[in-house]
Amino acid sequence: MSITAPAEPSAPAWFASPDDANRRLYDVGYLPDAATSTTAYLAGALEKPLLLEGPAGVGKTELAKAVARATGADLVRLQCYEGLDEARALYEWNYKKQLLRIQASQSGHQSADGASWAETHDDIFAEEFLLTRPLLTAIRRDEPTVLLIDEVDKTDIEVEGLLLEVLSDFQVTIPELGTVTATRRPFVVLTSNASRELSEAVKRRCLYLHLDYPDADREREIVASHVPDLDDALARQLVATVSQLRELELKKAPSIAESVDWARTLVALEIKDLDPEAVAATLGVILKHQSDHERAVKELRLRR
Amino acid sequence: MESVNPPARSGLLDRHIGFVEALRGAGLNVSLAEDLDAVRALQALDWTDRRVVREGYAATLVKRSSFRPTFDALFELYFPRMVGAGGQGLDPETSGHDAEGDEGDTGFLRDNGAALREFRESLADALADGDRDQMQQLAAEMIGRFGAMPGRGPGLSSWSAYTALQRVAPAGLIDQIVEGLMNDGVSEEAAQRTASRRIGDFTAMVESDARRRIAEEKGPEHVANVALRPAIDKLDFMSARKTDLEQMRREIYPLARRLATRLTKEHHSQRRRGPLDFRHTVRASMSTGGVPITTHHRPKRPHRNELVVLCDVSGSVANFAQFTLLLVFALRDQFQKVRAFTFIDHVHEVTHHFRPGADVVDVMADLAASTSHAALWGRTNYGRAISRFAELHPDAITPKTSLLILGDARSNYSDLSADVLREMAGTARHAWWLNPEHQRHWGTGDSATRTYAEIVPMRECRNLDQLADFVAELAG
Repeated sequence: MSITAPAEPSAPAWFASPDDANRRLYDVGYLPDAATSTTAYLAGALEKPLLLEGPAGVGKTELAKAVARATGADLVRLQCYEGLDEARALYEWNYKKQLLRIQASQSGHQSADGASWAETHDDIFAEEFLLTRPLLTAIRRDEPTVLLIDEVDKTDIEVEGLLLEVLSDFQVTIPELGTVTATRRPFVVLTSNASRELSEAVKRRCLYLHLDYPDADREREIVASHVPDLDDALARQLVATVSQLRELELKKAPSIAESVDWARTLVALEIKDLDPEAVAATLGVILKHQSDHERAVKELRLRR
Repeated sequence: MESVNPPARSGLLDRHIGFVEALRGAGLNVSLAEDLDAVRALQALDWTDRRVVREGYAATLVKRSSFRPTFDALFELYFPRMVGAGGQGLDPETSGHDAEGDEGDTGFLRDNGAALREFRESLADALADGDRDQMQQLAAEMIGRFGAMPGRGPGLSSWSAYTALQRVAPAGLIDQIVEGLMNDGVSEEAAQRTASRRIGDFTAMVESDARRRIAEEKGPEHVANVALRPAIDKLDFMSARKTDLEQMRREIYPLARRLATRLTKEHHSQRRRGPLDFRHTVRASMSTGGVPITTHHRPKRPHRNELVVLCDVSGSVANFAQFTLLLVFALRDQFQKVRAFTFIDHVHEVTHHFRPGADVVDVMADLAASTSHAALWGRTNYGRAISRFAELHPDAITPKTSLLILGDARSNYSDLSADVLREMAGTARHAWWLNPEHQRHWGTGDSATRTYAEIVPMRECRNLDQLADFVAELAG
């Protein structure tokens, strides 16, 4: 991890300006466009969560990681999935330990009177028995933290409700303990593939950025930075082909991640020129549907 | 916020509020909280770069990517790129017709044959290079020079992108650009595509510049109300242009995916409503000493509809029918069985075109080709189509079927076969009619909406939003 000058310890500033954001993200190997660096700066400056939406594989998760690298913060990640609940997102009581504690207190002094019960009751809902999960962990940390809530759209609606308190006030209320408020607000990044609309309430609390496929020049830079061995002329051909494919009506257009994979494939196979045969032979790396294949083959043949 | 009560009013706040109001008018839900966020964002940002300001606004106010084009267009109106004809190289055109021309590469701001020729040359160069800044500059110049519509008095003049585009005809430059690109070693196919995209971009720039100038004279509110196109999922099927249709078609699969997620979720959450699983409940009660504290249920068997879709594919409503068919078939897992028929004045089954995993473009082409089977004489005749359907496919509609009819119910004053339809609707489990026309046009002219709406409940379905709502209800 290459840490460039960490943010001033006391100030909550993440980035000094959009340009600063741009430069520091660039330095850690993420190539942001103007919108990305401006919004990343704003998310830090306004201390608001950042909601990233866009097709799969355009670098949504990567941006959160890059922010963490660029600012020297630690990344706390909550991967969302269907059926995710409070116990796995926020906190859970370690009930086994609690049981042991109860048993220990009972065997200690046999007189099970009311006073000792109240004592035990207070005891077992103490910090010691609390298992923190990502959301609570991120809020309680004193060091700079990037909290990544990945694929929010995969969760059930109820989890969104649970996120609201965290996202707007950066606090978590535990009935037995009280409210835990963040001493240092984390940089929150939510990502979504838009497989369903998020609720208005969540969106209202976030800054929004739609990440899309990059233009040819930026994509070439990205591919080159990930696959330095790639010949420049070949990179140009590759990016041109990929952007051509994205213009076709495909079920799943090739993502940036897939063009990087493709570049690696070409380097591994020592292909020096991306002629139609080479494209046809390696098409499986970027297109994952049979009908997309057929369409691409048809269109590329047309070209020659 | 500190800026809410500035000592001297700069007008910036008014402009901001006007902008937010315009966004709300265009259908974006901008809450007060987001409004305040935007102001805070602007305070945090540097005002020297217009793009930064735009992204700041976008991040705080636009929370759906489909609203972004609307937002961009409004931003151009409220925070224009430049005022009047802009700075360098361009004459203050509005101030006088006596062009005191700087004899640079722009020449006079006068509209004459030589100027037109010269302008087209520099435009061709800019388009061939794909230099966006230069294109912007030329778009502004083009409106100033060729798109001015002098009024009878001051403040009455206007600007027309249409006139300017007619005069300059950038589309005529396409061959020149393609040739230039091909000389640089680009294949013909790719060159064609690039050239037409650049010309499309340039046309959009010209239109946006005309809007900007009109907004400058008449106020942005005036333009915002008339010149903006609605977001793609709110756009009428019947008024969509060719490019809109392509964009809509790309929206179909993501839409189907979203709907499928929602429907699966809803099915899941209904699981507990199945009948009691006695065995499971008793066994589970062992751990609580034989007291059945939690009951267990059998998963509810998802009941799936069979669907029969009857589509009018005559010219006026063909787009609507295609979208609905694509969406229904993209969601076919949610139904037990789907059959589709198209008609104009004859009925033709098209179910076989929708193979699983088939390519959208091919399906559309097949559908278009099969339209000829749906017509005998080519004049829409609902009555005939309905009675032919009942004759040819008497087995299609059973008590398990949901019947869905798509069309504007404009039947050229022919016999309506209302009785046959009533019988079909009576047999089917449910029946709906989707009408792509605005409700206020129903029953006007040759529209048989009144008659049919009495037999089959009719719904207005003019855009992707309404279509998505309906399909979700249908499958849910």
